[in-house]
Formats: sequence, structure tokens, C-alpha cells
Amino acid sequence: MLIKRILAPALAAAAFSTCALADITGAGATFPYPIYAKWADAYKKNTGTGLNYQSIGSGGGIKQITAKTVDFGASDMPMKGEDLEKNGLVQFPAIMGGVVPVVKVTGVNPGQMKFTGPLLADIYLGKVKKWNDAAIAKLNPGLKLPDQEITVVYRSDGSGTTFLWTNYLSKVSADFKGTVGEGTSVKFPAGVGGKGNEGVASYVQKLDGAIGYVEYAYAKQNKLAHGQVQNKSGKFVEPDDENFKAAAANADWKSVPGMGVVLTDQAGDKAWPITGASFILLHAKQEKPEAGREVLKFFNWAYKNGGKMAEELDYVPMPDPVVKQIEASWKVVTDSSGKAVY
Amino acid sequence: MSMVLDNTDATIARQPAVALERFPRPPMLRNNALMDALFRNLTRFFALLVFSLLAAILVSLLIGAAPTIRHFGLDFLWTEEWDPVREEFGALVPIVGTLATSSIALVIAIPVSFGIAMFLTELSPVWLRRPLGTAIEMLAAIPSIIYGMWGLFIFAPLFQQYVQPYLKSWFGGIPGIGVFFSGPPMGIGLLTAGIILAVMVIPFITAVMRDVFELVPPMLKESAYGLGSTTWEVVWRVVLPFTKVGVIGGIMLGLGRALGETMAVTFVIGNAHRLSASLLAPGNSIASALANEFTEAVGDLYTSALIELGLILFLITTVVLALSKFLLMQLARREGEAA
Repeated sequence: MLIKRILAPALAAAAFSTCALADITGAGATFPYPIYAKWADAYKKNTGTGLNYQSIGSGGGIKQITAKTVDFGASDMPMKGEDLEKNGLVQFPAIMGGVVPVVKVTGVNPGQMKFTGPLLADIYLGKVKKWNDAAIAKLNPGLKLPDQEITVVYRSDGSGTTFLWTNYLSKVSADFKGTVGEGTSVKFPAGVGGKGNEGVASYVQKLDGAIGYVEYAYAKQNKLAHGQVQNKSGKFVEPDDENFKAAAANADWKSVPGMGVVLTDQAGDKAWPITGASFILLHAKQEKPEAGREVLKFFNWAYKNGGKMAEELDYVPMPDPVVKQIEASWKVVTDSSGKAVY
Repeated sequence: MSMVLDNTDATIARQPAVALERFPRPPMLRNNALMDALFRNLTRFFALLVFSLLAAILVSLLIGAAPTIRHFGLDFLWTEEWDPVREEFGALVPIVGTLATSSIALVIAIPVSFGIAMFLTELSPVWLRRPLGTAIEMLAAIPSIIYGMWGLFIFAPLFQQYVQPYLKSWFGGIPGIGVFFSGPPMGIGLLTAGIILAVMVIPFITAVMRDVFELVPPMLKESAYGLGSTTWEVVWRVVLPFTKVGVIGGIMLGLGRALGETMAVTFVIGNAHRLSASLLAPGNSIASALANEFTEAVGDLYTSALIELGLILFLITTVVLALSKFLLMQLARREGEAA
């Protein structure tokens, strides 16, 4: 009797939920997790369809979508064209963000210190060892720089933030490209590793003479002393929403298959040089066309209505012309008969 | 504790089986034989389940690590390089880091735990024993992430400001030892990780030591006191030799925890894949390398290298446990000869 009484409502609920649309499942990058969660919450309220996103890391996301255990995967590092083709995947960017250098040097306030890309590369290679090095002093004539060792701080866990940072440094310094290279985790020749953005932020706050790199939101919320960086056009720019958008505006999204453009070192007077997008992966041939359609519907809704939520969390929404290109690319997502699902 | 009583336990356990054969049961109890058999097999199944789980974990680690084992062979163990971009991997830095932090932890924790246990059993006023003992056991209940956060936010800055500069100025100039205390004081690193680990294992070692010290028959201690021994002599010459098996067991328990500790170490070790003689320099341990890198490890070789690290940790723990058992057996045999 008791069992019946407990089971009956549960069975009824199960029957009901199979009638309603199934929830979308996704897995992958941790960087965009807060905004996906916020979008999912709002989307559920509006449409009744939920999104279950597990932020297990880009590597895990790629593994899960290739194994078809989720409806979509998410990765901070764009997949190469040949890998997309091999696995039958479609890729598009969903959200953007910026990475900023932060320092803890006595007497230096947020936004005061200026860097160039090659200088940052030399610091992270351990070549520029002291804050009063001539290379730093030349860029910052107004600052009183101490005779202090630089403690380099990096992300110890693999992350999209590290990928953008090393991708940028590799683009501007052949030396960095040769000795370190780019990736979600790399071998830095000097410094200490903090776990997560919060780990790097706290090391930089605690260690005098430290330099680190974090997502923009962390620098802003913790009021860390971020630096200005010289962009490709030779201008020193501040990290802010407008300059992140400027970096995206000039990008040629069609130049790389799967729109896998990394937005570092972009041209444009206002472009922040260390900007990047987070990507969504799904199968081009959908075994469950219904699920594929729901994923695309969700992102269509997010592009239309999610911009404000993204800005509140210090992300940068995709600009409208780019969204048009993305949605045009969705026609290759088809069911088994070759009919577009969206 | 159980190790001390091993012999008696075994004799008690064997008795019912003997009784079963010699005396046939009355008919009304026949059913019980069936139930007994069922129960015995059920418990045996549970015990064997542990073994098969252990074997299954070992096998899956071996399968997962196969690509790196084939690719790097034994060189993996003593290669310092860990470069995910070029897919060159070696386990030397995490192995050294794991062993170094655990050794520092034991060097600090063993004397402290011995002191606490001695105070609690021999010197403390009776009213203080219970609250003090409970407080130490409470230390064991604190989740490791709390230790990590405390280590990073409270301990490391204080250590950097007030301890490391003095360590450097005291020991930095001594030839031989100086190299262990070189480099800029950063507050984090191998030594900090070892100290945090020591705080974490002290309650384990202390609890076991206190329990075994309490098992020493009062008659032995009273005889020694009667012969004019001091408290120190009683503890050193009577209590410790009587309980050494249990004490070593407690230390091994602490070592086991220190070897595998992940979160607390990750926070304070500095996570750098670089080998340095200095204890103040950042390093890496096997467990924290796994925690840091597994989620974003892309590519077969990288994932496989991490799994092989797990396999190595598994083997280190097994070897340590086996060595301690061997040590205990040696001790027991020598005692047999002396008697």
C-alpha cells in the first residue's frame, strides 16, 4: 500500500514529463557557465524548456559531445576545421569575454600601468625579472617603480583563460610561441599557479610584486590593479565592454571553418587585444532532430534576449551582424534525411 | 588498536567452527545452520567485493595509462618535463612533491602527536582529558578544503611575512642546508603545504597514539614507577615499547592521508611543474596535478599521462603500506627471538 502511495505520483510525474518537451543537456567549458545558467533560468520561465548544463571543462565537453551523451558541447578553445569534419560537428560562438593582466605593485592603481604584448611575453618567459626593468620603465615614465622581483602568477588548472592569454602572447612574440606555445594548460618557465580565477586573483592580492591574468569580471569585482595593453593599432586600451566589442567587430568570422576565430590581437583603434569567444559544438547529423532543434532555439532566444543578462555578468554578447552569420550557418544541422532541423 | 589485539581476536573467531563439528545441533536449531551458512557467505561476499573493487580500479588505471606507458616507458618516472602543448610528460616533479610534502608533514606531526598523546594519557589533569581529546578529534572532522582556504588566506601571508624571512636569514647561509631555504619568500610552496598537511594528520596520529597508550596495563606502569622511574622513563621505556605496533599503525594512517590529500595541498603548494631544491619554492603533488588538470585535459596522451600519475600514487601508497606491514613483522619476529 505504502509503496503504491509513494510510487503513484512519481509515475504520474514521469508520464507527464515525457509528454512535455525534454530538457536540453549540455556540458563543457567553465568560463561561460554563469551566463548559460542565467539564460537557462530565464528560458525555462519563458518557454518551459529547461537546460541542464554541466561545467566539466572544455576537454570534458568535447569528449561528451563526441560520445553523443549530451545534446551540445561547449569549448573555450575552437575546434580545428579538420577535427570538426572528422567528428561530424558544427561549431559556433555563443558569448565573448576578455582576459586582463592584473598587478600588485605598491603605489600602482587600477589602469595605471601600461604594457605591450611583447613585454607581457617577456615577463611570462621570466626574462624581465624586476619591476624597475628598463622595458617597463620606458612605457611607464610617470610611475615610481620599485626595485622588486616580479612574481608571475598563472592558472594551474587547464582553462580557456590560459588559452586566450597564451594565444595572444604567441601571436605577438615568436620567442613565447617557440618556448611555451598556446593551450588550455601550458608549461610556464617561471612563477606560481593559482587554481581558478579566484586562486590567481588571491595570489596577486597577497603577493607583493605579483602579476597575473584573470577574466575581466574578476579584475573588476575584486578591484584588482589591471593594466592597459597596447593593441595592434598601437593604441593603449582599457579593458571594458566597449573595447571587447570593438575586437569582435573587425573579425572575419568566415575566415576559419566553424567560425573558430580567436579574437586576440585584432585590428581597430579600440580593440582590446585579449578577447575571445566561447564555442558551442553539436552534431551536424542529428539522431534526435527534436533535441537539435531545441538547442538552436535556445541559442536563438539567448542571442535575442540574453544580451542584457550577459552584460550584467561582464560578458560580451555577440554583435548582431555576427549573430546573422551564426544563424545562417545553422542550416547544415540536419536530421538523418538531410532536412534542416531549424 | 586492533593490531595489538590481533592474536586474541583470531582465537575467539575460530571457536564456533570447532564447536559446530563436535556437537550436532538439536533438530529445532537445524534451520539455523542454513541461516549461518547464508550469513557467512554474505559477509564473505562483501569482504571479497572490496578485493575485486581494488583489482578493478588497478586494471582500469592500467588500461587508461597504457598509451603513456607505451609512449614514454619507464622514463616517465624520472623525466622532469611536463609540457601539455608539446605532449611531453614526466612524473618526476609531482612524485618528488608528493614525497617531500608528506615527509615534512610526518617530521612535524610525529613529535607533536607524541607530545599530545603523552600529555593526555600521563600528565593532564583528569577533568581536561575529555574536552582536549574531543577538540583534537574535531580537527580531523574539518573538511580539507577549509584547511586549504585557511592555509592560503590566513597562514600563507603570515608565514611569508613573519617566518620565511627568518628561515632564510638563519639557514640560508649554512652550506648544505642553505639551498633548501633559497629563493624569494612567497608564503606558498612545498614547506607551507607540508605544514598544512601536518596540521591535518596530527589528529589522526594523536587519536591512535592516545588509544594505544591507554591500553598499557596499569600494573606495568606502576611497577616502573615503583622502581623509581620518572614519567619520561615510563613513557619512553615502558609505554612506547609496549605500544609500538599501534603507534606505527597510527603514523601509517597519517602518512596515507598526507600522500593522497588533494584540495588543501592544491591551494598552497604553488602548482608549478618545476624541480627546485628550495622548500620555499612552489612545486606540485600528484593529487593536486590531477585535480588541476583533469577537467581540461584534451588529447589521449595528456589524459593518459594524468591517469598514469594516478596509478603511480596508487603504487606509492601500496608500497608504503606494504613496507609498514613488513616493518611490523620484523619487529614482532625480533621480539619473539628476544623472548
